[in-house]
Amino acid sequence: MIALLVRDLRLAVRAGGGFGLGLAFFLLVAVLVPLGVGPEGGTLGRIAPGILWVGALLACLLSLDRLFALDFEDGSLDLLATAPLPLEGAVAAKALAHWLVTGLPLALLSPVLGILLNLPAAGYLWLVVSLLVGTPALSVIGAFGAAVTVGLKRGGLLLSLLVLPLYVPTLIFGAEVVKRGATGAEFATPLALLAAITAGAAALLPFAAAAALRINLR
Amino acid sequence: MELKVSDLAVSRGGLVVLEGLDFALAPGQALVLRGPNGIGKTTLLRTLAGLQPAVAGAISAPPESLAYASHSDGLKAALDVTENLQFWASVHGLDAAAVGAALDAMNLRALARRPAANLSAGQKRRLGLARLLVTGRPVWLLDEPTVSLDTASVALFAAVVRGHLAAGGLAVLASHIDLGLPEAAVLDLGPFRPLRAREAHPPAGGFDEAFA
Repeated sequence: MIALLVRDLRLAVRAGGGFGLGLAFFLLVAVLVPLGVGPEGGTLGRIAPGILWVGALLACLLSLDRLFALDFEDGSLDLLATAPLPLEGAVAAKALAHWLVTGLPLALLSPVLGILLNLPAAGYLWLVVSLLVGTPALSVIGAFGAAVTVGLKRGGLLLSLLVLPLYVPTLIFGAEVVKRGATGAEFATPLALLAAITAGAAALLPFAAAAALRINLR
Repeated sequence: MELKVSDLAVSRGGLVVLEGLDFALAPGQALVLRGPNGIGKTTLLRTLAGLQPAVAGAISAPPESLAYASHSDGLKAALDVTENLQFWASVHGLDAAAVGAALDAMNLRALARRPAANLSAGQKRRLGLARLLVTGRPVWLLDEPTVSLDTASVALFAAVVRGHLAAGGLAVLASHIDLGLPEAAVLDLGPFRPLRAREAHPPAGGFDEAFA
């Protein structure tokens, strides 16, 4: 599993690997939204948690269709399926690699973009915390969607349609944590629910994704 | 260590393409599958490799003993030759010594640091076949292993297969050209087509093509 994780990370940072794609998209959203909404600070600060979470979610979605499609096209998915590594483990390793190159950098970069969106200062910590807790769920749910659509040419559209409804709870609770954190309200409940979604997805979906891959490889 | 297939039927896209297959391979033996395009050589190999379920019959092989080499080599263009091999070696729990041996066996030492993207088709193929050596598995399932190899490389690969067999390995090959393995048994798949398909003579480019 570690070998697969290292390979995926290495591929992501090499030329054409797509590292930075999600990050650049996230940056663009955060830069363009203030220009579109206008400089009025009150509005911007109020919508900032939602915008940042939507931006992070779409940035994650951007690189998902490559997760298994590249391995499927060059035949390494066949070979991984016959390797001693269980396919569930391979899915988990690939989802983790996806999170490490998209979710984690997004979470770490988000306070800087919070400034651009005039997020109240009290919200920065909870923005990072909510993204750190919530984005692993985005990667794992996305890995499941990618596994279901792996055999399709240009499956990106179907993947988005499949995955977006599953992303909604994460988005709602994630943005809620930031909103409540920024206004000093009680935020333990949405944070706990966000963590529960991540834990549940990480525990169950690798099995579902591996089953979908086995069917798609036939 | 034996690969035994009894009364096996395999299907592609819901159509049974081969049925009633019976063969057994002992250590040191190789089997060459022959037959025209589309008869089901790849389907049979994928079924043997466990990538798709058999329609009927049984395959008995020790667990974790099969190494499959498909049409595509499973290479990552951004990684160099050694990194590609190292990845598969560590997935299969082998160390750097196996990687070195595989590089030497397939004459890839001079290309060890070249990115796979810059390899020629034949060199990629050699790298894909070198991967078999770092799986450490006894049963090789080879689908058209000699495609895009020059004669020298075919001879090199034949020597590698012979060495594998001599070390107690097994191999099932689907190949049109003669690999120069006189000891290998040849299995013509023609007689194993389902009776209906043999009688019906589907028109060229017919139903099968939709599932290719």
